[in-house]
Amino acid sequence: MLDALLTPIGQGFLAVAGFIGLNADLMDRYGLRFLQGVWVTVELVGLSMIFGAILALPLAVARVEGGRITSRLAFGYSYFFRGTPLLAQTFLVYYGAGQFREFFTDIGLWWFFRDAFNCAVFTFTLNTAAYQAEILRGGLQSLPVGQNEGGKSLGLTRYQIYRTILLPQAYAVGLRPLGNEVVLMIKSSAIASVVTVYDLMGVTRLAFSRSYDMEVYLWAAVLYLLMVEIVRRVWDVLERRLNRHVAVSR
Amino acid sequence: MEFLTLLSFGPGGWGDEIARGALLTVELALATLPFGLALGLLVALGKDAPSPVVRSAATLFTTVFRGLPELLTLFIVYYGGQMLLTRLAGYFWPGANVEVNQFLAGVVALGLVLAAFSSEVFYAALKAVPRGQKEAAAALGLPKWQAFRLVVFPQLWRVALPGLSNNWMVLMKDTSLVSVIAINDLMRQTAIAVGVTKQPFFFYLVACLIYLVFSILSSLVLTRAEARASRGLKRAGAK
Repeated sequence: MLDALLTPIGQGFLAVAGFIGLNADLMDRYGLRFLQGVWVTVELVGLSMIFGAILALPLAVARVEGGRITSRLAFGYSYFFRGTPLLAQTFLVYYGAGQFREFFTDIGLWWFFRDAFNCAVFTFTLNTAAYQAEILRGGLQSLPVGQNEGGKSLGLTRYQIYRTILLPQAYAVGLRPLGNEVVLMIKSSAIASVVTVYDLMGVTRLAFSRSYDMEVYLWAAVLYLLMVEIVRRVWDVLERRLNRHVAVSR
Repeated sequence: MEFLTLLSFGPGGWGDEIARGALLTVELALATLPFGLALGLLVALGKDAPSPVVRSAATLFTTVFRGLPELLTLFIVYYGGQMLLTRLAGYFWPGANVEVNQFLAGVVALGLVLAAFSSEVFYAALKAVPRGQKEAAAALGLPKWQAFRLVVFPQLWRVALPGLSNNWMVLMKDTSLVSVIAINDLMRQTAIAVGVTKQPFFFYLVACLIYLVFSILSSLVLTRAEARASRGLKRAGAK
């Protein structure tokens, strides 16, 4: 049923592609794999951003609230992951994990690190957590001290002050940089293709190595630009919706 | 102790290979810098140009090279350049095969990305220089080029420098991508060492630390440069 509907659409698409001068034959062979690649990229970015956000929260709070040792540890973490290339971090995790195979088997985690996709998500999570923590810290530190004192005078606990007063405002301040971080992550996720993940970049490299047709890089470029543009548009809407109570001087 | 031997200089260790790779990484970043910044400034001026065609072209350039993954840009420049030049050469010498120098491809690709990002910084800085400055220069009878070089640019530079510092840090890290097209930079030399010694964790950690040292050194230099660029500026509350 679905096939009967999709086949003409697919053939129509190929006909149009051929008509405007694209290589319809190549599109027929790799088109669906490209869509799968896009989905893998979306998964990579989505999972990393979510896990990264969860990890960034304690890191940011540790930098603002932590004593000398905790805040320095959090700073060191951010500094390391922001000061080294993501490619090196990915190799460190992916190949490094292979070296400690016995150890990971012993603690029952080898199934996780055996898979290149998991390693990529793991590395990207650690990386984006460092960036997101800095964004959140900047947001928290931009708030006037009265926000904190107001919460205290209302008799709220530390946790309540953060959850209901400080964090919502910090996220509002950091909304734009967080959107930039999503865009950066989409672009950086192409690095996963170097460790054999078939994301959009991986599929593109595969198709190019078999066809030697530059056109596949053009498709990839258009698809990446499309993804970035969608995120940008969505973020514009988010900003207008979530920050509508804030008077913006722009 | 065993690890120190691995890093020693000489036939038994990988210290000299990695040091050579690190040097190449620095060379690549330094070679990209003038090209990328000059192109970035040009694109920024293009965004401010009277002609709408030039303005759209400049904006399109930024949108594309800011939105594409650096790895993709690198492949397009490297393989695309190779194919384009081969086809061009084919007109003159049929059957000719052009090999693009990887280092040059790396410089061009990273330079395009740097230009796209730095043009945004330059453009914002250009807007921060008051109109009156340009008009005063014109009133003094300075030709357009001198007005830009002597009056506008030094002020633009001060505003742009913090943003450009950021661009430099990103460029430094992006150089690691060129190892994928077989340039013997720090990343690739490390990979070779790993292939022989089977010590990936140790060697990649060393590579990370070397990049980290580059970052720290860069930020030390750039902080001083920013202080120097702002030397003519008096801030409220400063002594």
